[in-house]
Amino acid sequence: MQDAPIILSLTGVTKTFSVYRSNISRLFHWLGLPIGPREATDVIKDVTFSVRKGESLALIGQNGAGKSTLLKLITGTMAPTRGRVDVQESISAILELGLGFNMEFTGRENVRQSGGMMGLAPDRIEALMPEIEAFAEIGEYFDKTLRTYSSGMQARLSFALATAIRPEILIVDEVLSVGDAYFQHKSFARIREFRDSGTTIILVTHSLGDVRELCERVILVDKGAIVRDGPPDEVIDYYNAMVAEKENAKLSIEQRRRKDGWLHTEFGDGRARMESIDLFRPGETQPVSVVNVGEVVEARSRIRIMRDTPELVLGHRITDRTGHVVWGSNTWHTGQVLDGLNAGEVVVSKLVFPCDLGPGTYALSFGLHSRDNHLEDCYHKAENQIVFEVIRTRGPVFIGTSRLQARFEIEVAVSA
Amino acid sequence: MNSVVRTVVSTLPPEWVPPLRDVKIKTQRFFATAWRQRHFVPAAISGEFRSRVVRSKIGTLWFVLHPLAMALVYVLILSEVLGAKLGGVEKPGAYAVYLLAGMAGWSLFMEVLNRSLTVFIEYGNAMKKINFPKIFLPLVVVGGALVNNLLLLGAVIFIIAFYGFFPSIHWLGLILAAGCSIFLALGLGLVLGIFNIFTRDVGQVMLVVTNVWFWMTPVVYSKSMISGASARVIDLNPLTPVVQAYQDAIVHNRWPDVASLGYPALLAAAAMLVSTIVFWRASPEIVDAL
Repeated sequence: MQDAPIILSLTGVTKTFSVYRSNISRLFHWLGLPIGPREATDVIKDVTFSVRKGESLALIGQNGAGKSTLLKLITGTMAPTRGRVDVQESISAILELGLGFNMEFTGRENVRQSGGMMGLAPDRIEALMPEIEAFAEIGEYFDKTLRTYSSGMQARLSFALATAIRPEILIVDEVLSVGDAYFQHKSFARIREFRDSGTTIILVTHSLGDVRELCERVILVDKGAIVRDGPPDEVIDYYNAMVAEKENAKLSIEQRRRKDGWLHTEFGDGRARMESIDLFRPGETQPVSVVNVGEVVEARSRIRIMRDTPELVLGHRITDRTGHVVWGSNTWHTGQVLDGLNAGEVVVSKLVFPCDLGPGTYALSFGLHSRDNHLEDCYHKAENQIVFEVIRTRGPVFIGTSRLQARFEIEVAVSA
Repeated sequence: MNSVVRTVVSTLPPEWVPPLRDVKIKTQRFFATAWRQRHFVPAAISGEFRSRVVRSKIGTLWFVLHPLAMALVYVLILSEVLGAKLGGVEKPGAYAVYLLAGMAGWSLFMEVLNRSLTVFIEYGNAMKKINFPKIFLPLVVVGGALVNNLLLLGAVIFIIAFYGFFPSIHWLGLILAAGCSIFLALGLGLVLGIFNIFTRDVGQVMLVVTNVWFWMTPVVYSKSMISGASARVIDLNPLTPVVQAYQDAIVHNRWPDVASLGYPALLAAAAMLVSTIVFWRASPEIVDAL
């Protein structure tokens, strides 16, 4: 991917939304008269990045961060106020809900019109029509007017049309969040198929699971600027920490890559600190890093209270290699919240669990906070603090991350 | 034991396009994009026609029936009630034919003007979602208006045949007149259309203006009936020679006075120049304002 040609590049792009005293003054401003806007907001600030051919990129960030504006600048429906956007000789399919559909037309007629407006020749559209109809799977609604469609059906139709031809750049703007699980799955399969055949993917989403699954690079956008640009685990963990930071006034974020490839992110306001945490076999004093499937282990932690803490909740989470959460809970949910702790006190805890996980590498994270999540007060939180490996030495072979208590019950019946 | 992760800052790639080649590349790319997306125009025009049909029984026919109905009203009132006669042509029904000819010329101008006024608002949604060269919008306006005007001309041919008037080679003169009126309407309409994005009052004002304009144009009456100050106003009206060209061809079976069309052609060129500049300045920001 490092050698692939650059297909898209933004250089010092700034987009300013201006508020004028009235529309008339905006008009005069356009005509070149020296009337400035009353108020100008930079929704995109000096953004520079480039995308290589075949890359799959996700833009993440909170609402209003500027992701959608960035997409509009990339697709060209909006022009940058300063800077330049260069898209190399390639067709980009734009994917927003609706595609400018006409509510009075049937699905089929809209495909004809919007397809034509996207630049497809009429005979090409007719040739693609059966496939679009089949992919959208909206049945008889395909020949009913769009007024009768649900938002999910519109999303199906737009996605089917926009991806009828594999584009060089596919831009997906949250459209997938509208459809039901079945269609999301189907859409993902198609996006993945495009990605594997060399399409450059740019995805805007709030679903971090999608990001992990589809993208090899993530750009975190905040207040119109790029905050982080890198591999998914790194940026997503940073994002999660940032979301917590927004809620907590004083917080420091520390991030580093462990030697084994896992990314370690640590942050918190320091009210309480995890002094030590490790994984042990019950009764033993030597930490373990390799565990047998089904073996009982315990994560022992020692927490020091640095300042008076009215409420302390300890949470643990186990994630697999791809970042999917295998299990997670905290003492809020188990009804073991500690109240009124004083500075200098030490809390010792044990999380005992049978390691009913599939073979593979897993990471244990912890969080010390108040309430049921770390968003309000986060004292100390570390992602991927302990990395351990699960191996299978006994029992039948199985795949997946969960050792379900499943068994086959088989009989051979003799037919009469 | 742990290494610090670098923040990835994208830098400009070395193979970047130097600025000097920029204009050429931009122009090339503009035409390449326009060509690749050329199906936009017919798709949008046919979409417009179909959307008229969707919820009305005779849909697009209204665009023909409207000017015809207006012509019928004038024929009844002016020709039958007021006994208006057309100087120079002795055939019965000459006045009705004269009216139809004028209406055909006027309605083309009106439609291009009115559609240009609202085209940005109508296509606002599409502009936000599909990236297409903005230059397509005027093409859609003109294309749609031309189709309508051809339908109207067809109806006119049918009707005047009853009065004993038939198309002749002189009708080719209509192309010249139509060209003048299209570009004049487009130049004026696009500037006003861009203004209309900001204050919808423009559309309302134009309703009044076009009404007055209609009566300043010799459609219902003939120029020879008017004298004095009013005649000078009619002479100043760039649409007068355009409508007269229609009347020359359809009623009198003669070539239009090409010299008289120079005035509207000049104004049309000026209007197109102004609108191109305004359009060029405004087009990056149109989407922001919609």
